[in-house]
Amino acid sequence: MNYHWNWGIFFEPNPMGTGTYLDMLLSGLVLTLKTAALAWIIALIFGSLVGVMRTLPSKGAYWFGFCWVEFFRNMPLLVQLFLWFFVLPELLPKAAGLWLKQLPNAPFWTAAIGIGFFMSARVAIQLQAGIGSLPRGQKMAATALGLTTVQSYRYILLPMAFRIILPPLTSEFLNTIKNTAVAITIGLIELTGQARSMQEFSFQVFEAFTAATLLYLLVNAIVVTAMRFLERWVAIPGYITGK
Amino acid sequence: MFSNLDFEVIRRSLPYLFYEGMTFTVTLTALAALGGLIFGTAIALMRLSGYKTLGRIAGVYVDFMRSLPLVLVIFWFYFLVPYIGQWVTGASRPISVGAFASSLITFIMFEAAYFSEIMRAGIQSISRGQPAAANALGLTYAQTMRYVVLPQAFRNMLPVLLTQTIVLFQDTSLVYVLSIPDFLGAASKVAQRDGRLVEMYLFAAVVYFTISCIASFGVRRLQSRIAIIR
Repeated sequence: MNYHWNWGIFFEPNPMGTGTYLDMLLSGLVLTLKTAALAWIIALIFGSLVGVMRTLPSKGAYWFGFCWVEFFRNMPLLVQLFLWFFVLPELLPKAAGLWLKQLPNAPFWTAAIGIGFFMSARVAIQLQAGIGSLPRGQKMAATALGLTTVQSYRYILLPMAFRIILPPLTSEFLNTIKNTAVAITIGLIELTGQARSMQEFSFQVFEAFTAATLLYLLVNAIVVTAMRFLERWVAIPGYITGK
Repeated sequence: MFSNLDFEVIRRSLPYLFYEGMTFTVTLTALAALGGLIFGTAIALMRLSGYKTLGRIAGVYVDFMRSLPLVLVIFWFYFLVPYIGQWVTGASRPISVGAFASSLITFIMFEAAYFSEIMRAGIQSISRGQPAAANALGLTYAQTMRYVVLPQAFRNMLPVLLTQTIVLFQDTSLVYVLSIPDFLGAASKVAQRDGRLVEMYLFAAVVYFTISCIASFGVRRLQSRIAIIR
């Protein structure tokens, strides 16, 4: 390979005058984490609501949940981001559309909300499966105790279900972090975006992408370790993972 | 709100969208799924084989691929493949590979990691008695895999493999970052040329949605049909 390696490139000043190339990548990492965190909060809130709706006896709630999941699952994330970013402002009334287009940090908010909704469909399915995996007796016991539907979800079903589905939720969280890279297409300069611009400025393709790769691996390792601790902490006694 | 939309632009660009764009998308999906399946099976067998080193190499590969965003992997291979080509052919400069070749290699290598995990779960779902019985019959390891374990594992895993293929079909839209005219890329080229973003992106969304919905409905039907009754 006649490629000119230059690992010192990270400590050279970047052409934007915002410090070194390393600073550029790290600011991308921060943006990746911020987007992922906000998206994950949105995914958890909406995913939980929709997941619960899919387990309720009400037909209407079930269908709403069904449509929600099918809508967000059957379109590529990239297309969904385009819909929110390019299409939505045009379809709104003029004033609202204009306001939306002029929001500062539009790519960030679009990415976080878009990825959040996209992931909420997956969270909903996991939660539905988790609630479905509980023994029937749990729900019956709750009813027999005189708990209302809300109370039985709040005190019995959800605490159990969330603890059971923690491992699949971990991988959904990792997916959320990875999916933030798609937002490069609507102009969010997160970690992959910064690696890409570093490569364009410096022509050091492999160094730039190697650094981004290592940072993603590092984030993954931290999340997996943290979740393993959380899993052990919330394990349900009597289950295989419990004490 | 749809009054100032011009849906004529969609009709005008249909041939380009489908002959060029969708053909690219579907070909890439099919070949990547096939390649991913072959490599994925090999990786799954490596992980399950008795050789520790082999299993560890496969494990590192799978973990590595699965912890990176697809967009980053697409960039990696886009820049790396010319150098690999140069190294393999011994050329004096990085050889230029077409957009199709480089995205196909990306998706095969990426999907192999995901398919291998599905295959591994499928192989592990086969009861111990099956390979033991094959062993007792005097079949070799290769024969056991070929005639006893893999056919059942494939059947068990077919719905999941197909679901992953639908995900792959949606993920191929990400070659957009290389400005390749796949279906979405073609739609977005027309959108930018004619200044008709709204119509084109809505249309692309509807097409992806319809195809994925029909496909996942088919997978659900298939799943209830081929389930092995125990």
